[in-house]
Amino acid sequence: MTEFLQQIINGLSLGAIYALIALGYTMVYGVLRFINFAHSEVFMVGAFCGYYLARLFPHHTIFTGFIVLLGSMIICAVLGVVIEKLAYRPLRNRSTLTVLITAIGVSILLQNLGQTIFGPNPKAYPVLFPRKNISLFGSLTISSNQLVVLGVTIILLWALRHIVMKTSIGTAMRALSFNPVAASLVGINNDFVISFTFALGSALAAAGGILYALNYPSIDPLMGTLPGLKAFVAAVLGGIGNLPGAALGALIIGLVETFVRGSHWSTYSDAIVFSILILILLFRPAGLLGKVVAEKV
Amino acid sequence: MLKELMKNWHGHFLLAATLSCLVWASGCGKGGEQSGGAAADTEIKVGEFASLTGKEASFGQSSHKGTALAIDQINSAGGVLGKKINLITEDDLSKPGESATIVKKFISQDHVVAVLGEVASSRSIEAARISQDNKVPQISPASTNPKVTETGDYIFRACFTDPFQGKLLAEFGLTTLKAKHIAVLTDVGTAYSVGLADYFKQAFTTEGGTVIGEQKYNSGDKDFKAQLTAIKAMNPEAIFVPGYYTEVGLIVLQARQLGITVPMFGGDGWEGAGLIETAGDALTNTYYSTHFSPIKDTPEVQNFVKAYQAKYGGETPDAMAALGYDSALILVDALKRAGTTDSAKLRDAIAATDITGATGHTKLDAHRDAPKAAVIITVENGKFKFLRDVQP
Repeated sequence: MTEFLQQIINGLSLGAIYALIALGYTMVYGVLRFINFAHSEVFMVGAFCGYYLARLFPHHTIFTGFIVLLGSMIICAVLGVVIEKLAYRPLRNRSTLTVLITAIGVSILLQNLGQTIFGPNPKAYPVLFPRKNISLFGSLTISSNQLVVLGVTIILLWALRHIVMKTSIGTAMRALSFNPVAASLVGINNDFVISFTFALGSALAAAGGILYALNYPSIDPLMGTLPGLKAFVAAVLGGIGNLPGAALGALIIGLVETFVRGSHWSTYSDAIVFSILILILLFRPAGLLGKVVAEKV
Repeated sequence: MLKELMKNWHGHFLLAATLSCLVWASGCGKGGEQSGGAAADTEIKVGEFASLTGKEASFGQSSHKGTALAIDQINSAGGVLGKKINLITEDDLSKPGESATIVKKFISQDHVVAVLGEVASSRSIEAARISQDNKVPQISPASTNPKVTETGDYIFRACFTDPFQGKLLAEFGLTTLKAKHIAVLTDVGTAYSVGLADYFKQAFTTEGGTVIGEQKYNSGDKDFKAQLTAIKAMNPEAIFVPGYYTEVGLIVLQARQLGITVPMFGGDGWEGAGLIETAGDALTNTYYSTHFSPIKDTPEVQNFVKAYQAKYGGETPDAMAALGYDSALILVDALKRAGTTDSAKLRDAIAATDITGATGHTKLDAHRDAPKAAVIITVENGKFKFLRDVQP
């Protein structure tokens, strides 16, 4: 029983990180209808920003930890806007396939730039938040980092929901995702809304990158690929374009992965996660919370 | 219209710039250190492949520094057979597939007389096939999996093998750690880890211990909490982790975070500066076996340590550096005795190796392996500490 509960804690903290990445995929898809494959590299850059920002502080407390987190989110928000402006905006009215291939190109570019700028060797991640283990009910253990992950994720999800549902820019984002032409007819500045969406998604990815690196403190420029793909699977599982769906999908993927790893089939965990993608695409292409929309002809 | 065109052109320009950056960046990652140009008949070319960058960079950096030191010393003493040795070093990026490509290039393009490399068994095995097919002698400094030299009669190693290492670790677990019930956490992505885990389990059960469970992971994984939680539920008295330092650091750290306090131990794959950088204090109560300790008081060890520190700014050599050094000594000694670079004669000379180097006495056996003493290292206050010798 304790093993089961412990695995739930492990799975939820992994799923929470996937959720932060998955939201970026799903928001961009909701607004622009394409998968931003460079997103997983923004996640990696976020982790590296945290690595370098952490050097500004000789001693790490909870306060400096949050400053590093915030700083890295701002840098990556800017990076997201720049990527959109340089790589995707010039292709705005081309077919989605063109943009998709460009996204893959940007992803490879960032990986290789990362290898030349940061160096290809894994780096040990600094201890941003004081590390402590907390025992619950005897043999159940939760680390302070796992608590930080869960806490930060919940706060960010709440903030995101507030922005999307309650603010005027959020209303504009939703309007754009319904119908971009109609949105611009009623006076919405589409370019600005799209930039804002990229900034928001990239900031979440940066937070995900730092939280990931806190729990698995060894970072390298190719670290984004696998978590990025799994977050993408999570976004599709929940229903791509649907925000609560992405969070739900991510928690499911995190739990499935953890339970498979703790069993005899541990080496198949990635294969099982990607089989979920295939099954979803076969039987429920709109995802768990997505709505089936008839294609307009 | 013109404005539209300009805008489009602008977009294309950026795309082209992006792509050319990409080509440039990926081009820069490759390319070896090569001192080329000299005429072929005044030098002897030796190819060395190592994981200078990537996941196991510490292995390649150390072994390369050791090898380069040996070659420097030999060249400044006048070389061998009246010629200087030209060491051509290539980086295999710690990736599968690269080492075979590099060795093909060494043989077909550089016409090397012998190949030195690598530390990781999977990458040595890959390259060994090519060396064997072309009948070019290859000496692996530190690959311990038996399959490396089983590839054929042109493949040698400068170190002991995993059947020996597995057995000594099993005895260490039973007698020193006093652990009869052990869990194993194996990396199924490397030949080294799978092999060492098997030899360990065999020896451990033969000598009266019980392996109560085995969990698996893949090289490159970062999250081991699920496997470790399952291991914790088995209540082992110790955990055997036959992996490489990159993952081992994360495994030890996450185990301690989950409240696992039992001893953890492994083989020579633990040896890398990244281990302490990643896991730090969590490494208390961990042990591993390896090939060399710089604190030994024999003249060979002390001369090597002094020369290494003089060349590399006071850095203390680790086991991979010592084996990299010895692999070059073995090759040069064989070249001297063979008196020629002819590959069949060189092969026979290497097989008859009987020298003393930084890692002790190396006498190759019939399987082209080097049975020699191992050392057990523990970590105390964030530093590697020599525990004791284990004779073969």
